[in-house]
Amino acid sequence: MTGYLSDVAALARKDLVVELRTRDTVPSMLLFVVAALVVFHFALPEGSSRLAAGGMLWIALLFTALLALVRAFVGERDEGTLDGLLLAPCDRSAIWLGKTLSVLAFLLFAEAVALPAFALFYEPLTWELVAGVALANVGIATVGTLLGAMAAATRARELLLPLLFLPVALPLVVGGVGATLADEPGRYLAFLGLYDLIFAILSWASFEYVVTE
Amino acid sequence: MSTSLRNNGAALLSLAAAALLVAGISLALFWAPEDVDQGILQKIFYVHVPVALTAYAAFGWGAWKALRLLWKGGDRYDLESYTAVHMGVIFGVLTLVTGSIWAKASWGHWWVWSERQLTLFLILFLFYSAYFMLRYSTDPGPRRARTSAVYALFGVALIPVSFLAIRLAEGLIHPVVFTRDGPQMDGAMFLTFCVCLAGMLALGGGLYLLELAGKRADASLQELRERLT
Repeated sequence: MTGYLSDVAALARKDLVVELRTRDTVPSMLLFVVAALVVFHFALPEGSSRLAAGGMLWIALLFTALLALVRAFVGERDEGTLDGLLLAPCDRSAIWLGKTLSVLAFLLFAEAVALPAFALFYEPLTWELVAGVALANVGIATVGTLLGAMAAATRARELLLPLLFLPVALPLVVGGVGATLADEPGRYLAFLGLYDLIFAILSWASFEYVVTE
Repeated sequence: MSTSLRNNGAALLSLAAAALLVAGISLALFWAPEDVDQGILQKIFYVHVPVALTAYAAFGWGAWKALRLLWKGGDRYDLESYTAVHMGVIFGVLTLVTGSIWAKASWGHWWVWSERQLTLFLILFLFYSAYFMLRYSTDPGPRRARTSAVYALFGVALIPVSFLAIRLAEGLIHPVVFTRDGPQMDGAMFLTFCVCLAGMLALGGGLYLLELAGKRADASLQELRERLT
């Protein structure tokens, strides 16, 4: 068990070190999410409600997450890193978990900018919103990493990931927007937790089938 | 099972589907009582709901074959899973069309977001359309088979989760016919519904076997061609 966890930690650390050296993904995510929030200001008509702003925030977060997910495996495949990882003497699901953790870290970075920017431009933050974002992150990272690995193996690559990801991520939007805006956010937070649990188990169990030749 | 027996299965199911659907529709039109609220409009229920249930059955069957593939391996499960999903999408589109007609007739709009089942089918339609994109964008081989299988399995997990999501997100307009206390309809209506459902399932099964035979013939032909060249 400790061997498994140290494999996961090493794999996640590898992604973070690569990102620290190349600075490929996180800066573009930060810029994208702030740009999206600015565009939404002009897309919403004058005097729109806080409900609309809350919904827009979730669209911005989801699309920003797509940037991280697209980058997660395309690089691995182009440079042939994935073959090396598959040859490494570790459980294949450890690759998925390591990648999920690094994607999660990128999402947290992006949200550390996006949520204050949202508070500045639109509405003050609530604890329900922050809890919803935290739970949705887990779902986005777990499912997105698996689908990213699937999409990276196809000819269409980056083009395919949003098509695969958006229908599966739709319940996350429902849960997230509900947690942000509804009178009883508890139900929506519980729903997000349930989603995370179901899809984390499914992704963890099925990753090996997706990456092996 | 020999090929001829399989083809006979398709023919037999098609005949059963034709007989049951003609019987079911005649029962629906001439025997089952008219609904007190909706009148003649309610008759589309005998088509819409069986089509929807057949689509669910096809998706479930596809996921089951996908599970078998991941478990045991083997090309035949890939083709079976793919064909089942294909049938599911066709019946899913029919569900969207008939649901849309019902919505227009009942509520005056072609699309009603608060109709949960219809919204669910729209999500499933998007999801399974991406399944085809995934398949066509990957080179044939064991890897494509496994990736498609994992995606098909995600589909059956997505159905209840999305349903819960839509339930959380929307109000209630859709008439709830099946509750925990059993079907809320007249005995004659229920019998008609069962005949229609059996007919639609037979139609789905027949089409599935026919399509499968066609795809297998295609694959064999391709193999022969490759051997000749």
